[in-house]
Amino acid sequence: MLQVPHREKANGAAGKDTKAVILVGGPSRGTRFRPLSLDVPKPLFDVAGHPIIWHCLTAIAKVPSIQEVCMIGYYDEAVFKDFIKEAATEFPNLPIKYLREYQALGTAGGLYHFRDAILKGRPERIFVLNSDVCCSFPLNEMAKLFDDKDAEAVILGTRVSQDAATNFGCIVSDQHSRRVLHYVEKPESQISNLINCGVYLFSVDAIFPSIRSAIKRRTDRPRLVSYPSSENLESSFMADEDEERKNEVIRLEQDILSDLADSKQFFVHETKDFWRQIKTAGSASSPNHRPLSSPPVFIHPSAQVDPTAKLGPNVSIGPRAVIGAGARVKESIVLEDAEIKHDACVLYSIVGWNSRVGAWARVEGTPTPVTSHSTSVVKNGVKVQSITILGKECGVGDEVRVQNCVCLPFKELKRDVANEVIM
Amino acid sequence: MKALILVGGFGTRLRPLTLTMPKPLVEFANKPMILHQIEALAAVGVTDVVLAVNYRPEIMERVLKQYEDQLGLKIHFSLEPEPLGTAGPLKLAEEILAKDNSPFFVLNSDVTCEFPFKQLVEFHKAHGDEGTIVVTKVEEPSKYGVVVHKPNHPSRIDRFVEKPVEFVGNRINAGLYILNPSVLDRIEKNRPTSIEQETFPAVVRDGQLHSFDLEGFWMDVGQPKDFLTGTCLYLSSLAKKNPKLLVSPSESYVHGGNVMVDETAKIGKNCRIGPNVVIGKNCVIGDGVRLQRCTILPGSKVKDHAWIKSTIVGWNSTVGKWARLENVTVLGDDVTIGDEIYVNGGSILPHKSIKANVDIPAIIM
Repeated sequence: MLQVPHREKANGAAGKDTKAVILVGGPSRGTRFRPLSLDVPKPLFDVAGHPIIWHCLTAIAKVPSIQEVCMIGYYDEAVFKDFIKEAATEFPNLPIKYLREYQALGTAGGLYHFRDAILKGRPERIFVLNSDVCCSFPLNEMAKLFDDKDAEAVILGTRVSQDAATNFGCIVSDQHSRRVLHYVEKPESQISNLINCGVYLFSVDAIFPSIRSAIKRRTDRPRLVSYPSSENLESSFMADEDEERKNEVIRLEQDILSDLADSKQFFVHETKDFWRQIKTAGSASSPNHRPLSSPPVFIHPSAQVDPTAKLGPNVSIGPRAVIGAGARVKESIVLEDAEIKHDACVLYSIVGWNSRVGAWARVEGTPTPVTSHSTSVVKNGVKVQSITILGKECGVGDEVRVQNCVCLPFKELKRDVANEVIM
Repeated sequence: MKALILVGGFGTRLRPLTLTMPKPLVEFANKPMILHQIEALAAVGVTDVVLAVNYRPEIMERVLKQYEDQLGLKIHFSLEPEPLGTAGPLKLAEEILAKDNSPFFVLNSDVTCEFPFKQLVEFHKAHGDEGTIVVTKVEEPSKYGVVVHKPNHPSRIDRFVEKPVEFVGNRINAGLYILNPSVLDRIEKNRPTSIEQETFPAVVRDGQLHSFDLEGFWMDVGQPKDFLTGTCLYLSSLAKKNPKLLVSPSESYVHGGNVMVDETAKIGKNCRIGPNVVIGKNCVIGDGVRLQRCTILPGSKVKDHAWIKSTIVGWNSTVGKWARLENVTVLGDDVTIGDEIYVNGGSILPHKSIKANVDIPAIIM
């Protein structure tokens, strides 16, 4: 008889040996989501009719061996209370708990901080999902690759245009073995157009020791990495506080993945499906370009849509929203309690909570190709916001046209505007 | 009586409409532009109308022929072999204009107003001098040539001042005249001559030119922007003088009045139309359409929920659902605007199909 391998794969698929961690971040990162997230935490923003993290849960629920989901972040517990309650009804077999960080520890730091809670129940591997990502979440395919390769880590990758690649973490991989050879976060030069989707599967035996050694390294030798732009700093959890605090921040992307690439058991699953990072309010409309788990038009049961209105493709109508006779809504999100009056036309836009669009008004953004991963377009030589966003409780007068604008909350638009941010 | 209408060239200022139709035949308030003038002339007993043209569109002759009998007058085409300015064509048509001693009218073909020819003739005969030019009051005389009267005389013209810097008066030449045949003796044969800059100053020097104040509106409708403004003025005037030609304001779709709809046109449900809208023969307007300050020329179709303002929709064109046209957009003949398309100040040449927004004013070839 052959020796049974140290990891029991046959049991693994059937047994509850997997956990999932959703990294939800915290309120300080919200500025880029203005004007929409002045109120709503980004992970709870509706995309295709459900909060962003609801889509994560749907995918996780389809993993047969899942034990539990941990959400890690530094929002107040109250923020996710209702969501977790609803999710418990929707996903009865999926225990969900929120683990709150009281200081920003970094994506890896947070994982490590809650290692006891995560390792409880002895999972062998953990999925880690960034909550600012929308995609088809092919978790079972990642798990299969993990098993096939006897991997320690699997990362989800996707191809983007060469130009866009340097805005993301870039993966250099061996095409045949799919092994990750090199990983670099937001390189200054083009190195690969295969990028990190922010979805991982780690063996617990690999990830926690790896974070531990990163922390040790940090204590021994403080990081001397310089970042190419202020944007990188913004996207980090790093607080502008004393050196000691900074040293505690350990991020998966910058501090762990490149080390894992040095090990031989790090693989990439390349998805050809739709993927998009939800970084700004603008990009939130784009996931509606592709059906996620819902059809191209989502209408909340409590919304009122006149039968002569025409919706779609890729439209989400929120709770209690009212769409009038002969109105047209295309490639847009209409949030809760908003009203679109008769014969109005809303294209490539987000209509904020409680906003009103008048009769024969036209609210229009400019479509960007889904592959561009950009939320602005160059028009007549000027870079403009590509989609129109009406913040909370904005009003657009009858027959008024609003094109490529961002309108901050509580504004009344009585005249035509184009290519402006309206304060 | 006799009249000469200065038609001139190809009407390039009114392109793309005039790429398909000679300017005098473009419908202004559902009637060829020149017919407004010819009818007004017929109404005061004019029997000979000379159209001074420097090209000869056969379609124009054919179309206008049918009105000769109807209006009881003769329409002559006078073709300039070379451009002769604004006075040369009068000399060229001397045979007709001077066939008797009665005065004749001269009209610029782009002008719309209430054409008070009866009063003009009476006034001209009363003062007994060689010529009378119709003048209209303007707010900003510094942009025009201004008429200055003799001291202590209400109508005899002293001089013309081109674009005055200091205020000298606020009456400008409205492009309508009544002249005695003797004025023709002041014009040289076969030489390009300006009636405003050469002939009239000569008549003025002899104290023989008077002005006649125009009542009501006046507009040169030779370009799209002014065509739309002129339509507003004309419809407002009709609302007072002949409201039967307009749709009753009590009609449910009429908003703000001044709406003229040809009886063969069809209007959908829940439209809001007006103010200042003209809808031509055989046009089809869909449901929930919003129209204001626009002219829809014959045979065009505006689909459901479209929004059109300050636009001329050319003949046989189609405007898509939820399309939005504004800011002096002009569609030529047989243009198609796609569903949900926005056109801002687009000038669309005939037979084009527009499938992407025109965000800033542009000519679409």
